[in-house]
Amino acid sequence: MKVTLKVNGRVCSADVEPRKTLLDAIREDLALVGSHAGCEHGVCGACTVLLEGEPVRSCLMFAVQADGYEITTIEGLAPAPGELSVVQDAFCETHGLQCGYCTSGMILTGHALLQRTPEPTREEIVEAISGNICRCTGYGQIVEAIEFAGERLRKANAPRGSKGVDANQPHVDLSAETDAPQEGVLKAAQADTPHGGRP
Amino acid sequence: MKPAPFEYVRPDSVAQACEMLAADEDARIIAGGQTLVPMLAMRLARAAKLIDIYRLPELNGIRVESDVLVIGATTRQVQVERSALAAQSTPLLAKALPWVGHPPTRNRGTVGGSVANADPSAEIPLVAVTLGAEIEITNPDGVTSMPADDFFIGPMLTSVMPGDCVTAVRFPIWRHARVGTAFHEVSARKSDFAFVAAAAQVALDDDGKCIAAALGIGGVGDRAVRLDLAKLLGETAGTAKLKDVVAEAATVLEPSSDLHVSATYRTRVAVTLGVRALEDAMTDARSSATQSNRGITQ
Repeated sequence: MKVTLKVNGRVCSADVEPRKTLLDAIREDLALVGSHAGCEHGVCGACTVLLEGEPVRSCLMFAVQADGYEITTIEGLAPAPGELSVVQDAFCETHGLQCGYCTSGMILTGHALLQRTPEPTREEIVEAISGNICRCTGYGQIVEAIEFAGERLRKANAPRGSKGVDANQPHVDLSAETDAPQEGVLKAAQADTPHGGRP
Repeated sequence: MKPAPFEYVRPDSVAQACEMLAADEDARIIAGGQTLVPMLAMRLARAAKLIDIYRLPELNGIRVESDVLVIGATTRQVQVERSALAAQSTPLLAKALPWVGHPPTRNRGTVGGSVANADPSAEIPLVAVTLGAEIEITNPDGVTSMPADDFFIGPMLTSVMPGDCVTAVRFPIWRHARVGTAFHEVSARKSDFAFVAAAAQVALDDDGKCIAAALGIGGVGDRAVRLDLAKLLGETAGTAKLKDVVAEAATVLEPSSDLHVSATYRTRVAVTLGVRALEDAMTDARSSATQSNRGITQ
């Protein structure tokens, strides 16, 4: 059966059997193997992808059901080849992964949460990732990674400087040097220290 | 690929879906597929043909028709969870929804699917039984509806006949001035199958006396059960009275033992959670009254 899958902004056609899950189609037909096959019956969350921006389990959908929907996989988050998205980077900084098997699902789930809820509470993060199972690192650093990513995204989106934005002035705010919130913004040397050098 | 081969069709209308369903006894409806797909993957279920109704626009939506909240069968659980209309008109359903599966399964899973699946520990069927919802069924002969109490027969077993398709669930709205609700559940992990779940909704009059009360218990037997609370009506029931009434009403439960917990445990937890849910619902009803009073004075 012919399907059109819109994955990470690319439109791909594939000829699949109806019983082929979206996960298998993504991995085998589109060769995007960042979505992991864990339990393959909807328990572990390793296969999580974003369907129209919302996390869903790609093993609980047949590829034919996904025909025409916008799908984002872990490969679609980074802004450019060789770079990491803010959430991916936060997982590295806080040691939010060990073996990495659950990580793509965790990152996509965290990413979707932060899109809807820019400042989630710890409980909201725990609830959001409750359907994703991690068997090695433990959840502490994963929750911390999502908190940290949220913090960075908020700061990146906040106007720098206390004087607000003047549309008639050049787009450089000199006061940002002194009064921009510095915490959470990593210096290169801090990247190697635990928790990015944060207490 | 884990499931056995099947044919996949996407009908253009409910009528067409019902025709397809009636024409082939090995055909099954698929919507969100959050239970059916793993069942197919583990080969606990088999279908020659899957009829996908998920995209039929006529089946998706939440609306109020006089004193009923009508939820189309393929309305996703997350839509109800985020719906201000649902939270306002059937707060009990809104309180139960965060307990349904996990966020990613609620993004795909549908209200009608949960009802048609009839898992004894499922939250949406429990709320449907507690509130006395009507299940709307469409078949080639037309549209009928039946009370949730008649619809659910046993574990994964409902009154739907071959050719029947659940097309909506109709939850009654309580229009009393002071309505309170509460939902409690015990499971091994958050969002896992409930060992016991209790859903309560009460309405109080100006003196705090109970004028309507509903308590449903799920996860305990073959299906969700609504307990008889006639003895609470007209009472300003305290904890002791609630315990007596719930313990007596709970004798109708037919608890089962399994790998996780014993039947005795289920009965004890059912009574404890039932009392707790009623107490919380009454507190909620009293505070909803103060809120509306505040609204009037302002």
